[in-house]
Amino acid sequence: MGFHYELRFAGVGGQGSLTAGTILAHAAVFHTNYYATQVPTYTSQVRGGAAKADIIISDTPIIFAESTNVDFFLATHQKAYNAYKGDLKQGADVLVDSGLVTVPDEDAKIYKVYEYPLVRTAKYEIGNVVTMNVLAVGICVGLTQVLDVEAVRETVKEEVPERFLDMNLKAFDMGLEVGEKFRREGPTKK
Amino acid sequence: MGRIAFLNANAAVAEAALVAGLGFYAGYPITPSSEVPERLSKIMPEKGLPFMMMEDEIASINACVGASASGVKAMTCTSGPGFSLKQEALGMACIFEVPLVVVDVMRGGPSTGLPTRPSQQDIMQARWGTHGDHPIIALAPCNAQEAIFETIRAFNLAEKFRQPVVLLTDGALSHLHTKVYIPDPEEVEIIDRAQPDVDPDNYYPYDYNYEIPPLAKWWTEDGKSYRYHLSSLIHDKTGFPTVDPKYTQWLLKRLHNKILNHVDEITKNEYYKMDDAEVCIIAYGSTAEAARVAIDQAREEGIKVGLFRPLTIWPSPEKQISDIASKVKHIIVAEMNLGQYKLEVERIVAGRVPVYGVGQAAGVLIRPSQIYEKIKDPSKSVEICLTEEELKRFGGGE
Repeated sequence: MGFHYELRFAGVGGQGSLTAGTILAHAAVFHTNYYATQVPTYTSQVRGGAAKADIIISDTPIIFAESTNVDFFLATHQKAYNAYKGDLKQGADVLVDSGLVTVPDEDAKIYKVYEYPLVRTAKYEIGNVVTMNVLAVGICVGLTQVLDVEAVRETVKEEVPERFLDMNLKAFDMGLEVGEKFRREGPTKK
Repeated sequence: MGRIAFLNANAAVAEAALVAGLGFYAGYPITPSSEVPERLSKIMPEKGLPFMMMEDEIASINACVGASASGVKAMTCTSGPGFSLKQEALGMACIFEVPLVVVDVMRGGPSTGLPTRPSQQDIMQARWGTHGDHPIIALAPCNAQEAIFETIRAFNLAEKFRQPVVLLTDGALSHLHTKVYIPDPEEVEIIDRAQPDVDPDNYYPYDYNYEIPPLAKWWTEDGKSYRYHLSSLIHDKTGFPTVDPKYTQWLLKRLHNKILNHVDEITKNEYYKMDDAEVCIIAYGSTAEAARVAIDQAREEGIKVGLFRPLTIWPSPEKQISDIASKVKHIIVAEMNLGQYKLEVERIVAGRVPVYGVGQAAGVLIRPSQIYEKIKDPSKSVEICLTEEELKRFGGGE
C-alpha cells in the first residue's frame, strides 16, 4: 500500500469538528490530487452530543471509508475523547484541548499526546472561538505534515466566510507554528 | 462534459435526480436524508421546477403520485419512520402504475430508532411495506458515485415499467463525502415514459393490448389533451373500478409479470473475485465495501472467497444466487440488520449449502475485520455485543 493516512476529528456538536474535516479532505482532493473521504458521525442532539469526522487521505481509491486505524486524533471534548479513541493505532498523534480533555496516564504510554489550549487561544489570542477548528487544522498539518501547507491554506480561503478570513488565516498560521514546535520537541504529556 | 464535485451521497442523489429529468419534488425532511431536499430546494426553484416542502411524509408522496400522473418525473425522499408513513401511497402508485422514485436513507429502527446512525433494516419494508400483492423494484448503491448512476437508473426503470422504484441508501453512505463525477444528461441513457399512438378518444390507461400500457401525459406538444381516470380500486382498462374476478386476477398477474418477465433487464449484480471462490459473501450497499476489504485480506492468506453484490435488491437475483449455491461450499450474508436479506437468500438456496449471517443492527457500519473473522470461522458470532462483565455494570450508553 502506498500513502494512506487516517484522521479523526472529534468534539461535541457545534465545535466545528466536521468543518475541520472538510477543510482537510478538500485540500487533499482539490489541491493535492489525492483520494479523500470525510464521514461525519453525530447524535440527534446536534449541539452538545459527541460528534466526529473521519478523514482518510490516500493515493489509491478508498473502499471502506470509516477510520479503523487512526494516525491522527483531535479531541476537543472529554466526551468525544472517551467515545472515539477506540480506533487509534499504537503511536498515533493525539491532540487535545488541555482545558477540556484529560488524557489518562496509561493512554500517554500508547499514543503521542499533545496538549494545547485550543479554545482559550482561539477565544482570547485570535479573537473568536469559531477559529478553533482552523487553529487545530494548522497544528495538525504542522505536526503531521500530512498535506502541503499551501494546499491547506488555499482550502481555508475557500471554505471560511470572507469576513472571518483574516482571523482564520491568523489561526492557521499560529497553529502551524505550534504544530511544528510539537514536531521538534515531541509529546507534551509523557 | 459533466463535472467533478466533493459531495456526500445525499447530495449526489439530488444531483443525479436532476440529470435524470426530475420535474417535481415533494418531501418532508428527516435525518439522515435531509441533504437531498436541502440541495434540491436551492437548485429546483432556480430552474423553475416546483419543490414542495409538505406538511408531512404522507402528503409528500401523494403530491408526487399526482405530479407523476400528470406527466412529470417525481421523487420524494425519506428515512425509515417516514418510509413507514409513505407505504399506503406507495401501494397506490403501484396500482395506478405511475412512475415514482422513493429514496429511503436507512437509519436504525424500529420506530424513530437511531436518527443519525446507519442501518439496512428497511429491506423487507421496501419489499412488503405496503399491503397486498404488489411488485416492487428496489436498488441499493454502495458508494456515492454509484448512487449517482443508480438514481438515474431508478428513474429509468420507473418510467419504463410504470412502477415506483425504491432507492435504498443508509445513514453512513448518505453522509460519506467523496469525489464524484456528475454526468451531463447527454452522457447517460435517459428513458421517458412511452406515449400512446392513439387519439385521446381511443386511449385507455390500462389498455389490455399491452404488457405495460403507455401512460399518456395530460397534455401534448401538439395540443391534445388526454383525460383519464386513475383509481386505487381494482380497475378495468378505462381505469374505472371493477370487481370482476377475471379482470382482477388478470390485473394482478400483469402487475407482477411486467416485472418478473424482465428480471434480467432489471437486476444488476457485481461479482468480485468469485471466479474460483469456495465461499461467497453476499452483501449490498455500504456493507459490501467492508466485505470487499475483508475478502482482499482473506485472499492474501489463500482463502478462496468472493463477493456477490446485488445492486437490484428487489426483484432478487434468484438465478444468480441459485447458480452460486451450486458452486460454493457456503454463503455468508452480511447486512446491517438481523438477517432480512438472509431470509431471501435462504429461500433461494433452499438448503443446498449452509447460509451464515453477519447480522448487526448496532447503528454502526459492519467493519471489514468482522467479516474477515466470519470468513475464518463461519460458526463464530462476530457482531458487536456486551460482554458479561459489561452487562453487569451496564448503566446507559453515550
